[in-house]
Amino acid sequence: MRRRILSITVLASSLALAACASTPAALPPQPSGATTSTAGAQLPAPLPAGPVPGSQADFLASVLSDTIHFDTNLYTIDAESQGILQSQAQWLARNPGKSVTLEGHCDERGTRDYNIALGERRANAAKNYLVSLGVSGSRVTTVSYGKERPIALGSDEASWAKNRRAVTITVQ
Amino acid sequence: MKTCKLVLLLAAALPALALSVVSVQAQQQLLPGSNAKPAEPGKPAEDTVLTGSVTDESEWQDLGVAIPGFSTDRPVSTAAEGGSTDVLGKNLARVVFNDLKNNGLFKPTGPDQLPGIAYAEVAAPAFQGWRARNAEMLVQGFVKAADDGRLTVGCYLYDVALGQELARQGYVVRPDEWRRAAHKCADMVYSRLSGESPFFDSKIAYIAETGPKDHRRKQLAIMDSDGANHRFITNGQATALTPRYSPDYSRIAYLSYLNGNPRIYVYDIGTGQQHLVTQAKGPTFAPRWSPDGKYILYSMAIAGNTDIYRVPASGGESVRLTNTTGINVGGSYSPDGSKIVFESDRSGSQQVYVMNADGTNQQRISFFGARAATPEWSPRGDQIAFTYLGGNFRIAVMNPQGGGLRFLTDSWQDEAPSWSPNGRIIQFFRTERGSGRTAIWQVDLTGRNERKLKTPVDASDPAWGPVLP
Repeated sequence: MRRRILSITVLASSLALAACASTPAALPPQPSGATTSTAGAQLPAPLPAGPVPGSQADFLASVLSDTIHFDTNLYTIDAESQGILQSQAQWLARNPGKSVTLEGHCDERGTRDYNIALGERRANAAKNYLVSLGVSGSRVTTVSYGKERPIALGSDEASWAKNRRAVTITVQ
Repeated sequence: MKTCKLVLLLAAALPALALSVVSVQAQQQLLPGSNAKPAEPGKPAEDTVLTGSVTDESEWQDLGVAIPGFSTDRPVSTAAEGGSTDVLGKNLARVVFNDLKNNGLFKPTGPDQLPGIAYAEVAAPAFQGWRARNAEMLVQGFVKAADDGRLTVGCYLYDVALGQELARQGYVVRPDEWRRAAHKCADMVYSRLSGESPFFDSKIAYIAETGPKDHRRKQLAIMDSDGANHRFITNGQATALTPRYSPDYSRIAYLSYLNGNPRIYVYDIGTGQQHLVTQAKGPTFAPRWSPDGKYILYSMAIAGNTDIYRVPASGGESVRLTNTTGINVGGSYSPDGSKIVFESDRSGSQQVYVMNADGTNQQRISFFGARAATPEWSPRGDQIAFTYLGGNFRIAVMNPQGGGLRFLTDSWQDEAPSWSPNGRIIQFFRTERGSGRTAIWQVDLTGRNERKLKTPVDASDPAWGPVLP
């Protein structure tokens, strides 16, 4: 997460610098406390808020969710997951230069090797659905973490349901 | 036959002891002769030898084995633990004591509870005194340091009631290998008294775990069978999982998320180098060695479908062994290498199957009304250990036809059994509900003797290697 924010900041400031070069005349007052550098008092105000198109933040802001969930030991893409993946496919259509990685995960109630295979199967099920919506398979890679990366830490049905998931991450 | 047994034991040890341990036969000349009368040839020994793979050992629980500190002809400084051969002698006996204590067959008494013995007593036990202590068996030994620093360790087993010597062995080891001499001694005692093959002089590869449940740091680590000589192999930057020792202990196949994707690497212990088991686009996992160390089985997912492959350990072409829709994973060779037991969910749920080593004749063998996973063929060939998934995750065994189901453990989550080299003890890991903390446990084939292995940090994915030569 920290890395994502950092890259957004860097992108935003480089855009700001570009804007500065083209419009040096119309400068609002320098915000107090600003420390930015070489351009000094000539820096413009930050661009309107909002994620940079094509960024992970833009992806998260644009799609219904980055995560779909699965039933125990299953890899079925249900109606809710289909809706989520459709929103992701639309974002990918708007950002043809972007690729994504699908991470497959399982709950802790499975044996380790099988869960690696099951996570891979879940990630592939999500990938196949994206491909069925017109996304090129070459833009979607998969990785399984089996039961190695839970997000919900309890040993109960609610936690396990949260951990049985496939998460779409944009490749930046 | 007591004498035959002894002769066989010595003969079996002969070719194997070449490098670090001088041959037993040559060494016997160095051993002070015992004045105890030898076992009578031709006398049946059924009363002292366990037979069959699963027997009732309750009678053995009370077999008192006295293990006084090993004696030395004169205290000499040594690089081995203790600094001097007289202190080392006590350390040797402690290792033997702990080995014999922890397998549930004997009730040993160690050097810290017993008087020391004089050097001359090693081969001439004071039986009367040991009888008074209610010791039924007596393990005595000596240690001597040569000018080059090498240690000679002698190990004698006596039947106190009969006043008989049952077995003796001698070992020559480097000071840094002193524990191996003690393990070999414990192996001799264990084998002679139980009729089982030895297993103490062996090593374990496993995954050391630290950190919170959602940021678990997982490092490849190795240790001796009793937890000594612990060493981390990887630093934990990349998640490491499911290690397996090669049968000659020279390499470890394991899964690593190095570079972000799960792949099997073969790590060479001597050089510290590692290489991918195979150049493949898909994730590879669940590595397993063939009994002769020539092949590695691995599982690979392609487009979400997982199958089992075999590749020469030295590199080369992979051969696909399974070819069904679903997840085919793992695999464990029968001791003769002719068959492979593996796990598949082709029926709709995880079940255990057996196939020929070339992939033909795949047959499901588990029909328990529950899922069954991670099958491992016993080194003796007659049992398959697996994880029974029905409610709790339990370690269970069945025969290779799928019959004779027996549960060995019952905890919330026990997983991934692997066998001791002699097929008597099963090692697995237990996960604690909630915290996710893990530990390696061992259970014997009766299921009655269960113990947690001491590790520096949490531990999972244990894999036992064979007895060292």
